[in-house]
Amino acid sequence: MSTNGLKRVIIEPVTRVEGHGKVSILLDEANRVKQARLHIVEFRGFERFIQGRPFWEVPVLVQRLCGICPVSHHLAAAKAMDHIVGGENLTPTAEKMRRLMHYGQIFQSHALHFFHLVSPDLLFGFDADPAIRNVIGVAAKFPELAVQGVMMRKYGQEIIKATAGKKIHGTGAIPGGINKNLSLAERDVFLKDFDQMLTWSRGAVKIARDYTVEHLQELAPFGSFDSNHLSLVRTDGAMDLYDGNLRAIDAAGKKIFDQVDPREYLKYIAEEVRPWSYMKFPFIRSLGPRDGWYRVGPLARVNACDFIDTPEAEAARKEFMAVTNGKPNNITMAYHWARMIELLHAIEKIGALLHDKDLQGADLVVTGERREEGIGLIEAPRGTLFHHYRVNRNDQVTMANLIVSTTNNNEPMNRAVEKVARDHLSGVEITEGLLNRVEVAIRAYDPCLSCATHALGRMPLKVELFDHEGRLLDSRSR
Amino acid sequence: MNPGGARILLIGYGNPGRLDDGLGPALAAAVERLALPGVTVDADYQLTVEHAASVADNDVVVFADADVVGAEPFSLRRIDPDPEPVVSFSSHSAEPHQILALAHRLFGARTRGYVLAIRGYAFDEFGEGLSDGARANLTAALRFIEPHLRERSFCGVGAEQGDRTRSRIAPSIGDEP
Repeated sequence: MSTNGLKRVIIEPVTRVEGHGKVSILLDEANRVKQARLHIVEFRGFERFIQGRPFWEVPVLVQRLCGICPVSHHLAAAKAMDHIVGGENLTPTAEKMRRLMHYGQIFQSHALHFFHLVSPDLLFGFDADPAIRNVIGVAAKFPELAVQGVMMRKYGQEIIKATAGKKIHGTGAIPGGINKNLSLAERDVFLKDFDQMLTWSRGAVKIARDYTVEHLQELAPFGSFDSNHLSLVRTDGAMDLYDGNLRAIDAAGKKIFDQVDPREYLKYIAEEVRPWSYMKFPFIRSLGPRDGWYRVGPLARVNACDFIDTPEAEAARKEFMAVTNGKPNNITMAYHWARMIELLHAIEKIGALLHDKDLQGADLVVTGERREEGIGLIEAPRGTLFHHYRVNRNDQVTMANLIVSTTNNNEPMNRAVEKVARDHLSGVEITEGLLNRVEVAIRAYDPCLSCATHALGRMPLKVELFDHEGRLLDSRSR
Repeated sequence: MNPGGARILLIGYGNPGRLDDGLGPALAAAVERLALPGVTVDADYQLTVEHAASVADNDVVVFADADVVGAEPFSLRRIDPDPEPVVSFSSHSAEPHQILALAHRLFGARTRGYVLAIRGYAFDEFGEGLSDGARANLTAALRFIEPHLRERSFCGVGAEQGDRTRSRIAPSIGDEP
């Protein structure tokens, strides 16, 4: 497996959910890292799958794209279909029900990621034995944190169930609105546990903050690089995870564009195809593919917004931004702190919504002028999610274009892997330490790879080492 | 075990939009239609940690999933809650034994766990519905599991505690010897 005398080191995680995905590290003759690439299999065949289907089925169908964030696809598709039915100006009840669903999704997703996926790295260290550096290890040594993660995840999932109808094939959001409101009985269940969730969220922010600040010297260079950042923001510049206009800033905080109507996204965002990857590489048109790539997700959102409109998350944001003197934070591992600030924001939003009587309203759907094109953007847990459809006069979908959050972070994840490889690869052996660090760097982006199939019998993580003539030198799996 | 009185949870998981990956939810839907007393049915895209809380509320849990390479038409094995190192590259999913381990460790449960692995064949495209082979395997799995659920008894089923070897049972319904 050689290319012009270069050696390729392949880290191939073929896990139960991902199905496909690998890291390949290309060495030069002096065994220095020449290039590192993260290969992820993106969903395939969705456009064909959905063509010809009635547009009103789409918000349900798209949930099957991803077992991790079905709600994000559900809502982005519903927002796109709002335009098809001329119902983008939702009733207060419809918009607030959707927001509650979305904040529930953000809350459970961020909690799960932090407590059960990231906390082993933070609590045990990057070099800890994988036998303990996992959720079971956390349960054994820090059971109270593990319980918090379970119960916070459950709380968010129950909000989704109450607003979307069910966990699989949720039907809550429909073109032009929502199909149910929140009963007082349902509301009271969530109010009962709210204070506990808020308390635990504050604690999570503190853990992430303390860890980042205490290890700043070590974390600052880890898989880090300057980048542009992209997210939706409200018209007044506030963070808005459900709706808003597009803003892009550079690594120093200068605006590249601002308040771009999501329906104009194709004028500002393009995607590059590279022959070695199934996944495309989005970039800002005005900067081109070389300089126009950007990050999305919690780090980008906290960097890009002017403020957060909930008091405790805003105080946390100010503290976060102070670390980099008010400039955008480009430290990859700062994603975790930013993610917990959003967790706190989400539970604050949930609290406010639960006290809003509009959730018990009966005016659920609006329609207006019929259109043949719809675009819906949302800030999914992992970053900006784009859904774009065309529909014919027979109500059938004729075109679908999706840019998922993980695709937006494709180039940054590749850069993070390459940075880690350059800093930590020694010789031509994939050490446990290197493998751990590659995982930690990718995990910071919380990539969503579950578009692949999902069944028993998939292989575990596999690592292969080839010499410059393609001979397998070493193979490790765990 | 308390025959006739055990609380049983069946979790069918997988993505119905990925052909045979929907075997688990399909089994869950079929069992739910039976409306069996004492049997709670859940369906999800994948297993995640919060399932540990509901597992802890039951005496027996059956995790039903599609199997890419396993025995035809299905296999059932007892699992124990001893953790194995699992690499969590980026996924938010968990394995059945992890969920069982979390139920035991975090909530003090003594739930017995089983994995019902139903062999599937088509996984690599979007699409609804099961392949013919998977549909037949689903029927066989349902015919096997239904009396156990109806009687709420799993006595003698599966491998002994601690034995990770797959214990295939019910040869009378087509399982290979």
